Amino acid sequence: MATATAALLDVRHLGMRFGGIVALDDVSFTARRGEITAVIGPNGAGKTTAFNCITGFYRPSAGGLHLTHADGRGFALAAMPGHLIARRARVARTFQNIRLFAGMTALENLLVAQHAPLMAATGLGVLAILGLGRYRAAERRAIDKARMWLERIDLLARADDPAGALPYGAQRRLEIARAMCLDPVLLCLDEPAAGLNPRETAALDALLLGIRDQGCSILLIEHDMGMVMRISDHIVVLDHGRKIGDGTPAEIRADPHVIAAYLGEDDESADALARAAAP
Amino acid sequence: MTNQGSPLRDAFLSALVALGLFAPMVGLQTHVGAHGIALVPRPLAVASLVGAVFVLRLAIRLWQGRRPAAGMSMMAGAAAGRIALAAGRARRFLVPALLALALLMPVVASRSTLDLGVLVLTYVMLGWGLNIVVGLAGLLDLGYVAFYAVGAYSYALIAQATGLGFWSCLPAAGALAALWGITLGFPVLRLRGDYLAIVTLAFGEIIRIVLLNWVSLTGGPNGISGIPRPTLFGLRFTMTDEPGTFAGFFHLAPSSAHRLVFLYYVILALALLTNWVTLRLRRQPLGRVWEALREDEIACRSLGINITTTKLTAFAVGACFGGFAGAFFATRQGFISPESFTFMESATVLAIVVLGGMGSQLGVVLAALVMIGGPEMFRALADYRMLIFGLALVVMMVLRPRGLVTERKPSVSLGGAARAIPAALIAEGRS
Amino acid sequence: MLWLGQGLGLGSRQAASWRITQGVGLAYALQQLINGITLGMIYGLIAVGYTMVYGIIGMINFAHGDVFMIGAFLSLIALSGLASLGITAVPLALAITLVFAAALAALYGWTIERVAYRPLRGSFRLAPLISAIGMSITLQNFAQVTQGARVKPLAPLLPGGLVLTRAGGFAVQLSWMQIAIAITTVLCLGLFTWLVTKTPLGRAMRACEQDLKMASLLGIDTDRTIGLTFVIGAALAAVAGLLFLLYYGAIDFYIGFVAGVKAFTAAVLGGIGSLPGAVLGGLLIGLIETFWSAYFSVQYKDVAAFSILAITLIFLPTGLLGRADVEKV
Repeated sequence: MATATAALLDVRHLGMRFGGIVALDDVSFTARRGEITAVIGPNGAGKTTAFNCITGFYRPSAGGLHLTHADGRGFALAAMPGHLIARRARVARTFQNIRLFAGMTALENLLVAQHAPLMAATGLGVLAILGLGRYRAAERRAIDKARMWLERIDLLARADDPAGALPYGAQRRLEIARAMCLDPVLLCLDEPAAGLNPRETAALDALLLGIRDQGCSILLIEHDMGMVMRISDHIVVLDHGRKIGDGTPAEIRADPHVIAAYLGEDDESADALARAAAP
Repeated sequence: MTNQGSPLRDAFLSALVALGLFAPMVGLQTHVGAHGIALVPRPLAVASLVGAVFVLRLAIRLWQGRRPAAGMSMMAGAAAGRIALAAGRARRFLVPALLALALLMPVVASRSTLDLGVLVLTYVMLGWGLNIVVGLAGLLDLGYVAFYAVGAYSYALIAQATGLGFWSCLPAAGALAALWGITLGFPVLRLRGDYLAIVTLAFGEIIRIVLLNWVSLTGGPNGISGIPRPTLFGLRFTMTDEPGTFAGFFHLAPSSAHRLVFLYYVILALALLTNWVTLRLRRQPLGRVWEALREDEIACRSLGINITTTKLTAFAVGACFGGFAGAFFATRQGFISPESFTFMESATVLAIVVLGGMGSQLGVVLAALVMIGGPEMFRALADYRMLIFGLALVVMMVLRPRGLVTERKPSVSLGGAARAIPAALIAEGRS
Repeated sequence: MLWLGQGLGLGSRQAASWRITQGVGLAYALQQLINGITLGMIYGLIAVGYTMVYGIIGMINFAHGDVFMIGAFLSLIALSGLASLGITAVPLALAITLVFAAALAALYGWTIERVAYRPLRGSFRLAPLISAIGMSITLQNFAQVTQGARVKPLAPLLPGGLVLTRAGGFAVQLSWMQIAIAITTVLCLGLFTWLVTKTPLGRAMRACEQDLKMASLLGIDTDRTIGLTFVIGAALAAVAGLLFLLYYGAIDFYIGFVAGVKAFTAAVLGGIGSLPGAVLGGLLIGLIETFWSAYFSVQYKDVAAFSILAITLIFLPTGLLGRADVEKV
């Protein structure tokens, strides 16, 4: 079904309200397989709310979220419990304010992410307590995978350090690696470049492009317009809970609505977009 | 603590406050007489208390004055910290030493000390059981005594109904306690931390009230007596040496010490089993996820972890060990009544876990020694014992809020010896 | 051990025979309503202290129930002292006792906060809880050591009352004591509401409840505000202690635990952090307990109160009047 799989995540008429406040109003867009789709917009545009709907932390007030795996299996995310979205539908995420297990080591963080396969190998815990059965092999595989990711994010040397003691940029990378340990089909990143220096951002570019090329699609919220324009295949623009733009980076750069929205904000992002728009 | 005024003035103010606190409560004792309440004045007691506060406060301030940089509590806290740090470094020797001492206790200790040892070990086991729930999973349980009670009554009732012995009933007591844990946990585990605390407290009270009032089943306030004592592979411990008894089989002179020694080793084995299972679980996905849950529940959810089931497993495993401890308590005493399962028990076990340092197995042992062994040594103080216990709890928390052993050892490492993780980074469960 | 509402239990046993008569039903229910509200007001006064402290520093002040108990003892001491001094005019004696007990209990509240909680502020979350449990044990045993373990009785100060209605020989009575309790409670809560809504102290308290760190940045002396919160809570608990002593006519060192747990239940039921919620929760717990005792069984009245707490929390996690907080991700 290779042709039918172009659309990975189909967001249809998504709406979310908190009491009287409308955070999302009739937002529709599609994230395609094998692409990096960026969701941008001024602060308060509803980007994180959309993420929270997609990853099951909020139940949308209206609309649907459909995810289709490469094998054709479909998932209606809006009706699934949060943890099954990660486990079955294979949608992983990171958080705007990093949520690592600060008191656990980097390695432990990556092992917690592999809980489901590890738990399946423990035989209801009994085999594992006795140190029997498939558990040892499963654990070795999990550690190997964690080691691979630690190497990729350049943190192998700090595997046994508590996550909370790592520098900020390393924590951001570790959170991405932890999400990737779920073997997701869609990785949702909430401002991964926030607080990074230019060198770290460049490394992040490479990491994300690598993740995309290995077959995991990415949905990206980001304020760093330079990065968005560099790595995105497709951009969706939100403003005040509505979609105001949708297209390739080049199209978005030229879209008068988008520029107006950002200029109206009169903040750094507008300058950034303007700079990005004038190459 | 900021310096407020001169030490003398400060001590005077403290004494004034003490006068206000103690003048009526200590100075005027109410006596129930024939014509209602009569007041008996005790000026001397008030004067000495107020004087003591004055002197103590003055001493503290003068001592502080000599080292102006740090307050008294910080100094003492640092001292306690150094001791704990030394204990941490000495852990390699401390653990085997404690274990050897525990194994040799029956040989070297007197009867009363051994009896105290049984009591301390019971609390160590309870502490280790609750540590799974509070220390690892970060779920605040103020009603742990409920599972202790369920275990004790399950054993007593099953043994009475079926005539089975301790060892056959033990698994059932643990399983029933775990079942209760799940039944209670299922609806309430989604509650926020403090609500969970109050609901578990309420549950502990409910169990006690039911035990107190369901007279036809539990005997009500009179409790259940004649609970079968434990046997060693069928050998009974009695004061005779007829066949089928321990003394008879090994051709020993019958002695009541045999049973005590046997009970001691039973509870030691049960406690070590609890410890072993916990330590194993910590290195496994389940235990790791408990700790992750304590660190960040939302992140756990984003990683596909079913939070409710995970919490339930922690609750059930903790409850199960509480149930084992309860069954042991019943067989040791031979008699149980609701009086043994009050909120004080929950509070004591929780205090052991927190004072030990959340999640630390060694900490629980040290805290149980301090908290159970300590008051027993002050039995002579009679009525003042619990007063001192309460005050000591406050003082220990003020001096060392994170407990005795605060570091966390990683459950897995890529290479070399895993370094301990300092307390400042470790989360304390959801609030 | 003295259980709250034992007096009500007696009433219900007498009532069993009354209930045989048909017309009595409504009158009986009305009597329970009156008794329940009276008990509920006492719970409400204690619950306010729990909810205030929880609202501001997010901690369960476990020793609060025992401050209530100390308040009851202080009242007993004051009343006995006044009697021996020859002051027998009931309103005057009550007024003096109220001020005396409230002031000294406030001193207890202040000292407890200063000694056991303030050094732990901003520290590990469970440390203040354990410290509070330690304080609770301390106060209980302090009262036992200094005042003895025996139940202390007090002869009724205000016997008699109004007979509201009679039905088939069952008289619905509103005792003078119940009226006095209602008036005192309403006055205290009125004063308290004024304090919280109209004074600078109240503003500071509400600011601290919103955001302790921000309040401190804005120049509010948070330590002082928190200290005063304990003072006010303790004073209200002492008033409750006096009312309890008058209503039941007997106290011992253990009353604080049961009353404390139920008052905390009331605070959670009403929505912790909400002051009207605490009073509402107190009234509900009082009514549930009274009606359960009257119609089902006295023994299981606490089970009823606790079960309703659990059920409320499961279906209404922020209590009846609590603010719903959206989970921040």
